[in-house]
Amino acid sequence: MSSHSESIIREPLITGKDITYAKITNDVLFPVENKPNMAWWIGFGIASSAAALWVFAISWTFWYGVGEWGLNKTVGWAWDITGFVWWVGIGHAGTLISAVLLIFRQNWRNSINRSAEAMTIFAVICAATYIFGHMGRPWLAYWTLPLPNQYGSLWVNWNSALMMDVFAISTYFSVSLIFWYTGLLPDIAAIRDRATGLRQKIYSIFSFGWTGSVKTWQRFETVSLILAGISTPLVLSVHTIVSFDFATSLEPGWHTTIFPPYFVAGAIFSGFAMVQTLLLIARKVLGLENYITMFHIESMNKIIILTGSIVGVAYLTEFFIAWYSGVEYEQYAFINRSTGPYWWAYWSMMTCNVITPQLFWFKKIRLSITASWVLSIIVNIGMWFERFVIIVTSLHRDYLPSSWVMFYPTWVDVSIFIGSIGLFFTMFLLFIRVLPSIAIAEVKLLLKTSSEQSKLKLIKEGHLDRDQVEFYKESLTKFDSVELADYDKV
Amino acid sequence: MSSTKMILGVFDDPDDMMHGIDNLQKNSVPIYDVYTPMPIHGIEDKLNIKDSRLGYAAFICGCFGATVIFSIVYYTLVHDWPMNIGGKPNFAMPDFVPFTFEWTILFTAFGMVFTFYFATHLFPGRTPRTMHLRATDDRFVIAINAKGNIPHDDITKILNDSGAVEVQHNDRKYLSYE
Repeated sequence: MSSHSESIIREPLITGKDITYAKITNDVLFPVENKPNMAWWIGFGIASSAAALWVFAISWTFWYGVGEWGLNKTVGWAWDITGFVWWVGIGHAGTLISAVLLIFRQNWRNSINRSAEAMTIFAVICAATYIFGHMGRPWLAYWTLPLPNQYGSLWVNWNSALMMDVFAISTYFSVSLIFWYTGLLPDIAAIRDRATGLRQKIYSIFSFGWTGSVKTWQRFETVSLILAGISTPLVLSVHTIVSFDFATSLEPGWHTTIFPPYFVAGAIFSGFAMVQTLLLIARKVLGLENYITMFHIESMNKIIILTGSIVGVAYLTEFFIAWYSGVEYEQYAFINRSTGPYWWAYWSMMTCNVITPQLFWFKKIRLSITASWVLSIIVNIGMWFERFVIIVTSLHRDYLPSSWVMFYPTWVDVSIFIGSIGLFFTMFLLFIRVLPSIAIAEVKLLLKTSSEQSKLKLIKEGHLDRDQVEFYKESLTKFDSVELADYDKV
Repeated sequence: MSSTKMILGVFDDPDDMMHGIDNLQKNSVPIYDVYTPMPIHGIEDKLNIKDSRLGYAAFICGCFGATVIFSIVYYTLVHDWPMNIGGKPNFAMPDFVPFTFEWTILFTAFGMVFTFYFATHLFPGRTPRTMHLRATDDRFVIAINAKGNIPHDDITKILNDSGAVEVQHNDRKYLSYE
């Protein structure tokens, strides 16, 4: 029921005074219905230039082949797979927010799920570009499908983890896309009903004729819940299977049973960091402080500290097991990681992923927007190093010392990496211009139950426990979008 | 005879709208449909809308997906071109698990969502059968079929008494056909 009120001790999910249903629509659709500001153009200019660099570098790769990368006969996988795993991992937070938090009925997901899901889709697109890029002959990509062929029908190798990857990533992408789009329908309809002329016609096509009748909404909620239910094991399976790419090999440093849970935790860790990186800026630039509040930021920081600690425990476990196994190749792989020629990569990873996120134990840092943003960037860097460390430092020195080499990226490697970040931001910036960056309908659901104004009204009515009200007022001090003066009198 | 086709009770608050539905039903006024900008829980019980059966559709599609991919892997890996890999068994079930799992999810998701689109008539380019433009924004609209109903003024009065901010008597059913 919309009139059911929530316990006063819970922090508000929508702050600000005089928020109405109409104001929510107006606020969220402002960037969609108006011309972009200077900040958007500057961001878009930089991002699309980097995306252009990506087009150039990837075309170069397709024309001249992967020999243009810094790979050699020992290190046959480097920045490409690092980039692939990094991007897939980033995508995981979107599904976690939209699916796992829906199942757990965490209402704070309602205002961040839309942009996090969009981020998932764009990150998986970036990951997919690496898959096609590293194939060398991308026009033969259909060879990964079990199609009858002229080689006596020699089928794909179902025993390979790379084949499992094809199925996992393609399923993950398409299911995320349909989940995201179905959730968008009511909001596209909202844009349609406010628009005129050609704009209305375009949004009308994409709204699928949504009207918001009772039966549609009821079915819509069933669909969302079941999609969330199946997306949860899906998201866990995807990074598990990505980790199989390494774990099923016999390479020291890769051949580890801890990889699946460790990769999943790392994926959520990096994904939430990327959500922070994007949303801390988006809330400011798009003026969405009332919907993406300090509570949301703090909650995400708490998830970052949890998953960061899991990743830290996994690093230590790997070390312990390498020693405990008594296998000298395994032991060397880890000693080489931390003290060998790539020690700087290993310690960058350790610092960025395990040490600095622990700063979030301090409430002051957790609640500082600048600190959260800087730390989220550091986590992103650390997680890139994690993949680099696993991939390159394991490969560069394995069983045969005569084949030991270093890996040096070429300008093509670097350009594709920078370019993929540009591609990601280009897509994200276009998204916030044409589609609502917050799920309007879902946020409206919270207005009567969990908004600051409805809670203030309850306090003014005066039937609440005094201690609980004091506790609630105390919790409001962390919000940057709450007028504390309103609470002096009540 | 009046040319009014639809009477719309427009509310700005979901609780008032629920109150409106109760009052209409107390007076035995049949409700055509209700349009809201967000899902309002409890409304489907009042309007006697049956539970969704999409869960069954999802389950059937999931089983179908699992069968399809399991059959493909079995045919290619075990039947059509078995490979001798160090004498290991061809029918190595653990390798089937990831594929079967992924396609179960894939078919469940797409099967269920397309069933949902089909059953609620959603498809790209469909003309929206909108009755009130703000029903996707900030208005909660109860639509009542005017034909064969009790005197329209009585309906208007019930709606106004329940807290409707506006009551429309429309000659056309949908805005989109204007």
